[in-house]
Amino acid sequence: MRSSSKKIDPRVHSLVPKHEVLSIEEAYSVLKTLGIGPEQLPWIKASDPVIKAIGGKPGDIVRIIRKSPVIGETVIYRYVVSG
Amino acid sequence: MDEKIIKGVKFGVLSPEEIRKMSVTAIITSDVYDEDGTPIEGSVMDPRLGVIEPGQRCPTCGNVMGSCPGHFGHIELVRPVIHIGFVKQIYDLLRATCRRCGRLKLTDDEIDRYVRIYSAIKGRWPSAAKRLIEYVKKMSIKAQECPHCGEKQFKIKLEKPYNFYEERKEGLVRLTPTDIRDRLEKIPDSDVELLGYDPKNSRPEWAILTALPVPPITIRPSIMIESGIRAEDDLTHKLVDIVRINERLKESIDAGAPQLIVEDLWDLLQYHVATYFDNEIPGLPTSKHRSGRPLRTLAQRLKGKEGRFRGNLSGKRVDFSARTVISPDPNISIDEVGVPEDVAKVLTVPERVTKWNIERLREYVINGPEKWPGANYVIKADGKRIDLRYVKDRKEFASTLTPGFVVERHLIDQDVVIFNRQPSLHRISMMAHRVKVLPGRTFRLNLLVCPPYNADFDGDEMNLHIPQTEEAIAEAKQLMIVHRNMLTPRYGGPIIGSAQDYISGAYLLTVKTTLVTEQELQTMLGVSDIPEESLAKVLEEPAILAPKRLYTGKQVVSLFLPSDFNFHGQANISSGARACKDEDCPHDSYIVIKNGKLLEGVFDKKALGNQQPESILHWLIREYSEDYGLWLMDNIFKAFIRYIEMHGLTMTLNDVTISSEASAKIAERVEQARSQVSELIERFNKGELEQIPGRTLEESLENYILDTLDKLRNDSGEIATSSLDPFNNVYVMARTGARGSVLNITQMAAMLGQQSVRGERISRGYYERTLPHFKRGDISAEARGFIYSSFRSGLNPIETFFHAAAGREGLVDTAVRTSQSGYMQRRLINALSDLRIEYDGTVRTLYGEVIQTFYGGDGVNPMLSAHGKTVDVDRIVERIVGSKR
Ligand SMILES: [Mg+2]
Ligand SMILES: [Zn+2]
Ligand SMILES: [Zn+2]
Ligand SMILES: [Zn+2]
Repeated sequence: MRSSSKKIDPRVHSLVPKHEVLSIEEAYSVLKTLGIGPEQLPWIKASDPVIKAIGGKPGDIVRIIRKSPVIGETVIYRYVVSG
Repeated sequence: MDEKIIKGVKFGVLSPEEIRKMSVTAIITSDVYDEDGTPIEGSVMDPRLGVIEPGQRCPTCGNVMGSCPGHFGHIELVRPVIHIGFVKQIYDLLRATCRRCGRLKLTDDEIDRYVRIYSAIKGRWPSAAKRLIEYVKKMSIKAQECPHCGEKQFKIKLEKPYNFYEERKEGLVRLTPTDIRDRLEKIPDSDVELLGYDPKNSRPEWAILTALPVPPITIRPSIMIESGIRAEDDLTHKLVDIVRINERLKESIDAGAPQLIVEDLWDLLQYHVATYFDNEIPGLPTSKHRSGRPLRTLAQRLKGKEGRFRGNLSGKRVDFSARTVISPDPNISIDEVGVPEDVAKVLTVPERVTKWNIERLREYVINGPEKWPGANYVIKADGKRIDLRYVKDRKEFASTLTPGFVVERHLIDQDVVIFNRQPSLHRISMMAHRVKVLPGRTFRLNLLVCPPYNADFDGDEMNLHIPQTEEAIAEAKQLMIVHRNMLTPRYGGPIIGSAQDYISGAYLLTVKTTLVTEQELQTMLGVSDIPEESLAKVLEEPAILAPKRLYTGKQVVSLFLPSDFNFHGQANISSGARACKDEDCPHDSYIVIKNGKLLEGVFDKKALGNQQPESILHWLIREYSEDYGLWLMDNIFKAFIRYIEMHGLTMTLNDVTISSEASAKIAERVEQARSQVSELIERFNKGELEQIPGRTLEESLENYILDTLDKLRNDSGEIATSSLDPFNNVYVMARTGARGSVLNITQMAAMLGQQSVRGERISRGYYERTLPHFKRGDISAEARGFIYSSFRSGLNPIETFFHAAAGREGLVDTAVRTSQSGYMQRRLINALSDLRIEYDGTVRTLYGEVIQTFYGGDGVNPMLSAHGKTVDVDRIVERIVGSKR
């Protein structure tokens, strides 16, 4: 029914939390505070609609800011992998 | 010997050379014992495979039975056979490599590139390396022609379970294991590596067996049955089969038998070797014992619930545990468990002798294993273990007790033990209790702790485990004891609390009309431990002074509340005509507690019930400590039970018997519904029925009928309940939430209503009808499982049948659901079992991989939260100000 050419930006949807690609420095400091290598973060595929929309590439680290009913905002990180 | 540290374990495929190297003997004969019953050398019971009888010395390693590890032998297979566990890998390898030169069917450039990528990523990105290998394999399988030798490739066909064919021009040609082995041997090591195997530890051709290891006898012991006849292990039987066929195959080949016969025997050998590994291969007949029982071969030993992994490694039988039937005891504390004396005399706690306990421990030693409280063993300072059963003069032995000895004494009162009921679905399925040794043969537990275990007393059994070290005991006591687990981490509310009679008792005591005499009050308080000062206060001030001093029930329960406790809220009975939304409540269904005095409202399920978050009980435990919660459970609930014992509570037929006017009204209503249904059917037949959007006409009719009948039952229930006395016992139990519901009362007093199977009216059974008592195509209410009768009036045979059909579905559903949710639970637990919260608040695996950057996204421990919230501002205001915002 819906034509495949009509792409919708997932970021405008109210249920999609804010995603952003970290700069090298930010990524480095996140990994430093957690004391881990990038692959020890949870992964997200580069083909994920939101990652495509924000232009994430394999190797990037993405910050996701979710709404939390208890503490307002909660921050998580994901490592972009190919696929 | 050098001390070595294991850094890792590597798995590979055994090579034939390795099999021969670790073998102590070749197994060559299928006869096992000679006439006098001694094992034959060169048979599967060859003595060099390890000692089996006590006292003997192993001819291979010289050890006696306990210390000989057992030794492998081997069978030289006359013709190679496929290892059934590697069929998939063999299939892939055959397709991915050239049939002539054995190379990957990719150009050298491609291979070089892939090798470079592979070696770059395999250390850090194992999962990406796996994907690369899959890709290389896919590309190589695709190639029709070998780029190295130019050979045209044929399609390989696998006929499950282990037959390979090549689709040549002349037709299907079978590839024998020898052909396959020849091909696999040709694959160079470098290509093997790019196919994902380590050629040093797993050469592809080793997947075709030429030598078969024969496991030591210790893993397949023969057992003596009473008659003195030897029964061999299933593995031994299977190995004998293999040796026998191998022998016959050799003889046939040597005798120059026709190709056909040789091939048949070869196939048979393949079958036996395959079923030796796994006797549940789809497409192969299972190998059976003479009695017809399927053989339990290697894979069967490992697989499933009783297999090596789930049955012996993940879970095993343990010492210092007991299991028996449970029964209730309202008189013991909620964190106690009643233990039968017989159990207490077998289970022991090791207690180290000190100068402070030496006299007590001497008493235990003197009492010995037979008399409780005694002791079963003493471990001397030098580590020697003395069994007190065999000490002749225990009195004298007790005098030799000195500090440093350890006495394994019987279980005594106040010992901390872990109590458990399966299925252990959450952590509060295992809690620590304090022991109370009691006469009898059952474990006793307080009724209030039934909800976390989901226990009842219809024959349930529970397990008891005794922690054996000071650390374990301390941990159990501090973390696992019942009153530290009254609030569940599942939803942050009290999981322990009153049920059934406790609720009825609380209601009957707190209801407006209840006045108790001084004597009754004393009876109730006699079972409770009330602090002197609050006792003195209430006894001064009865609600009624003359003509008799009488206390209200509300005064009684106020004795148990802290003097600064405030609460407002609806009771469970606040519903329907007796609902109240604020303090101005004529039905006594709105609870008001000010400064620890119950001023208004009754205590029922909403106030003190189990699994009721944000209730009075929840706030009491949360705001006045778990120890106060424990005290409350041990005292106020006992008073309720004492009161209900004095008051009495039962149900009679009269409680569900409705007046004749009400019956007449229901009959009238039934007639009305009947005519509505027949009118619907008539309109449907005439085609006048209005169709519901998205449904067929038939479905619409069903919907209309269901609606009509549902209304009928609701109306009948309404008529019935309004004719019943709201203060009759059954109705009280339903309204307070003690037991039963309004629906149950409706079904008892008015009618059962529609019975359903698979969410529809019952429609199957006979051709176009449910039972032969109806005309074909009859879709009236009574022909499709509607029951007009009540349990009070009784069901007719047809109604009984429909009710049984619906009841059966319920049972089947439960059985299916529990097995499915059990499987899901197992998988979740295995996936999550080793995760932990680190000190930085992150949730990580044992390898440091981050699962959550902040526990739960908010760092909240639900057990310590106010029903999931970090702070409940409304409750704080209510608590301090004494009224709701
Ligand atoms: Mg039960
Ligand atoms: Zn379609
Ligand atoms: Zn040995
Ligand atoms: Zn080739």
